[in-house]
Amino acid sequence: MIKKWFKSGDPWIWLNAAAVSASLIIVLGLLALIAVKGLSHFWPKSVMQAQYLQATATDSNPASMRIIGELHNDEEVTIEALKGMGVHIETDSLTATRLLIKTGNRDVSGADFKWMLQPYLKDEQYPEEIVVLERREWGNFYGYLKSVKSNNNTVALADTAWQELGQRLERAEHIYEQIRDIEKGAIGRINYKMEKIRLNKRRLELDKEDTPENIQKLDLERKQLEKEYAVLEKDLTKLYTQIKRDSITAETMSGKIIEIPVSKIVRAYQPNALNIFQKIGLYFAKIWEFVADEPREANTEGGIFPAIFGTVMMVLLMSVLVTPFGVIAAVYLREYAKQGAVTRIIRIAVNNLAGVPSIVYGVFGLGFFVYFLGGNLDQLFYPEALPSPTFGTPGIMWSALTLAILTVPVVIVATEEGLSRIPRAIREGSLALGATKAETLWRTILPMATPAMMTGMILAIARAAGEVAPLMLVGVVKLAPSLPLDMNAPFFHLERKFMHLGFHIYDVGFQSPNVEAARPLVYATAFLLIAVIVLLNLSAIYIRNRLREQYRSLET
Amino acid sequence: MTTNTTETKTHAVNLSALGREQRTNNLDDETTCISTDNLNLYYGEKQALKNVNLSIPDKKVSAFIGPSGCGKSTLLRCFNRMNDLVDGCRIEGGINIDGSNIYDKNVDVSELRRRVGMVFQKPNPFPKTIYENVAYGLRLQGVKSRRTIDEVVEKSLRGAALWDEVKDRLHESALGMSGGQQQRLVIARAIAIEPEVLLLDEPASALDPISTLKIEELISELKDRYTIVIVTHNMQQAARVSDYTAFMYMGEMIEFGDTDTIFTNPSKKQTEDYITGRYG
Repeated sequence: MIKKWFKSGDPWIWLNAAAVSASLIIVLGLLALIAVKGLSHFWPKSVMQAQYLQATATDSNPASMRIIGELHNDEEVTIEALKGMGVHIETDSLTATRLLIKTGNRDVSGADFKWMLQPYLKDEQYPEEIVVLERREWGNFYGYLKSVKSNNNTVALADTAWQELGQRLERAEHIYEQIRDIEKGAIGRINYKMEKIRLNKRRLELDKEDTPENIQKLDLERKQLEKEYAVLEKDLTKLYTQIKRDSITAETMSGKIIEIPVSKIVRAYQPNALNIFQKIGLYFAKIWEFVADEPREANTEGGIFPAIFGTVMMVLLMSVLVTPFGVIAAVYLREYAKQGAVTRIIRIAVNNLAGVPSIVYGVFGLGFFVYFLGGNLDQLFYPEALPSPTFGTPGIMWSALTLAILTVPVVIVATEEGLSRIPRAIREGSLALGATKAETLWRTILPMATPAMMTGMILAIARAAGEVAPLMLVGVVKLAPSLPLDMNAPFFHLERKFMHLGFHIYDVGFQSPNVEAARPLVYATAFLLIAVIVLLNLSAIYIRNRLREQYRSLET
Repeated sequence: MTTNTTETKTHAVNLSALGREQRTNNLDDETTCISTDNLNLYYGEKQALKNVNLSIPDKKVSAFIGPSGCGKSTLLRCFNRMNDLVDGCRIEGGINIDGSNIYDKNVDVSELRRRVGMVFQKPNPFPKTIYENVAYGLRLQGVKSRRTIDEVVEKSLRGAALWDEVKDRLHESALGMSGGQQQRLVIARAIAIEPEVLLLDEPASALDPISTLKIEELISELKDRYTIVIVTHNMQQAARVSDYTAFMYMGEMIEFGDTDTIFTNPSKKQTEDYITGRYG
C-alpha cells in the first residue's frame, strides 16, 4: 500500500507543495513583520501619565515621581535578575514586567527612553491636556502647555494657550518655509555660482590667461552676486527676527517649567484628545513627512526623501548604463563573433562575473573608477579645483558604473537567450528580401528581442537596488547636503555623493546615537526600500509585458 | 505515391484527371534565366549536390521533385545564395542568372537577393503590421514616399490575391492571419520589390488543402511576370502548376524536362520509379 503510494509520485508532490508553502510563509511573514513594525511607528500613541513609586530611592531616581510618556515596549525580567541589580519587589510570581517608556524631553533629562518596572506604576491616567511637541532639536517634548509668549509677553494662558499655539505655529511654519526657500534655493544658487566664478578664475590662472580684462569680468559678476546676496541676507535677518518672536512655556513631568521657541516646533498635538479620524489624518501626515522630508537629528527624526531619491536615481542611471552595454556585448557574442573556444571562454567568464562577491566590485570601483578614472578626469578637465577632487572622489556616477559592471552579466545572458530564441525563419525572411545582416538586426531581430533585454534589465535592477556593500566604497554617505539633481545648471551633478536606503538602514540601525528611537525607523526604511524595489520592478515588468504582447503569437 | 501503385505502367499522377490542359513545352525554345555549370556543393565533408547542370527557362514555372534529402531545397537556396549563411558550406562550379555569375566576388549579395525573391516552407511574416510586412523591402531600399509605398503595398497584395481579405486591417499585426493568408502575405512581400525570379521552397506543405489551392492559383497567375522555381514534395502539385519538372536524386539532377513528358514518359528509370511510387 505504502509502496504503491510512493510509486504514484504523490509524496513528491506533497513535498514540493510543502516547500513552496514554507517559502511563501517565510516571505510573507518577513514582509508582514517589516510592514507592521515599520508602519505602526507613525501611529500617534496615547500618552500616559502615572506615578512611579519605588521601594528604594536614589538621587537620580527619587522614591516617587510623575511619569509622562508613550509606552513603547515591554519585557519580562526575573525577580532574581532584579535582585542582582539591587531592586526588591514584594511579589509571589517569579517574573516582573519591565516597560520601556518614551518620556522624551532629552534637553531636560538627557535620555528619551526609560525602563520602568510595572509593579511600581500607580495611578495611570490619560489626561486630554497632555501635549506632544515634535521639535527640530532634542526630540519630542511631552508635558503640559502653560502659556504662549510673544516678545516675552504672555499672550495666552492655560485654556486658550492651545488655540493660540496652533495659529502661531502655522505662522512660524510659513516663515520657516520662506527661510528654507531662500537658504536652499536662492542662496544655494548664489553659492554655486560663486564657486563657479572662483574656479573659472583659477582656471584662467592655470591657463595663463588671467588678463586684467578677464579677471575684471569675473569680478564684476562676483560683485553682482554679492549684491544679490546682501539683499537676500537682509531678508533673511528680518525673517529670523520674525520667527523668533513667539515662544511657549511648558511643564515637564518633573514639574519643571521650560521655554521652547515656536520656531523649533515641527508639529504639536494632544494625542489623548484626538478622535480616530484625527489620528488617521495625523498618521498619514507623519508617513508623508517620512517619505517626503529631509532627515533631522542624525537621521533619527524627519524623513528619508534624499535616500529614496538617491536610490531611485542611482538605479535608473545604472540601468541606462548597463542596458546598452550588455545588449551590444550580447549582440556581438551571439550574432557576429565566430562561435568557438574563445566565445565559450568569454561566456564562462561572464557567468563567473555574476558570482563575484559585490564588495570586490566596490574595491575595483574605488581603485579603477574613483582613483584612476576620476583622478585622471580631474587632471584633464577640473585642474582648477585641485587639490580638492571633483570626480576623483566617490560619487553617484561611480556607484552607478560599479553596479553596472556588477549587473552586466545578467543583461548579457538574458539578451543572448532572447536572440537565440528568435526563429531562423525570420532572419532568413529578412535576408531573402535583400536586407544586409545589420539591417536585419536593426529592423527585425533587435525589436523582437526587446522583451528579453527588458527581462535582463529587470533582473539587473532587482540586483542593483539591494546592493549596499560596494556603494559604501564608491559613493554613498550618511548625509548628503544636496541632491544629485537640482535646478543649478547642468542639473545633473553626477560627481556628488548621495544617500541610499540600504545604507540608511545600516546607518540608522547601527550607527545611531539613539538606538531605541531609531529601531522603528529601520523597519520603516526597510519597508520603503522593498516598496521602491517592487515599484521599479513592476514598472519594468509592465513595459516588458506590453512589448511582449506584440510578439506573443510568435513564441507559441 | 497516392494512386495506382500496384499497376506498374500506370502513373501515379494522372495528368488529364488533374484538369490540366495538354501542352507540350520544349526546353530548347526557351530563353534561359538561371543556369548552373557543374555545380558541386559540400556541407563540410558531405557532398550535397553533385555536378548539377541545369538551365531554368525564363518566365516559366519549374518544379523540383525528388525524395527527402535529395538536395532540391539546397539547390534552390543556391540561387539566392541563402546557403552562404550555413557554416561549412562550400560551392564549386557556377550559377549564372541572366548571364552573370552570382558567385562572383564582386556580386552584392543583398542586391542579388532583391532580384531573386524567396518564399519559405513555413510562413514567416515579421511581427509587424500587414502593411509594414509588405513595405519592408521598399523601406530597405530607402523608399520614403508614403504614396509610393501605399501604391506598391496595394498592388502587391492584389498580386498575391490577398487585398480583398485584408484591406480593412492593413495596420493590424500580420501574426493574426491564418497560415494560408500569411503565406500569401509572404509572397506579396516578396513581389513588392519586383524580383525577376521567385523561389518557392515547398510553399504549401504547411497549409490546408484550400489554402494550398489558392497558392497554386496564385502561382499560375504570377508565372507570366516572374521566373518561378518551386520545390515540392507533392507530385500532383508539381504536375498541376509547373511547365518544367526536374527530378533529383541523392544530390544529382537525374532528369529535367517538360512536365508532361516527365510524368508520362520519363527517359530515366529512376524518374519512372519515383513517380510510379516505387520509392520516395
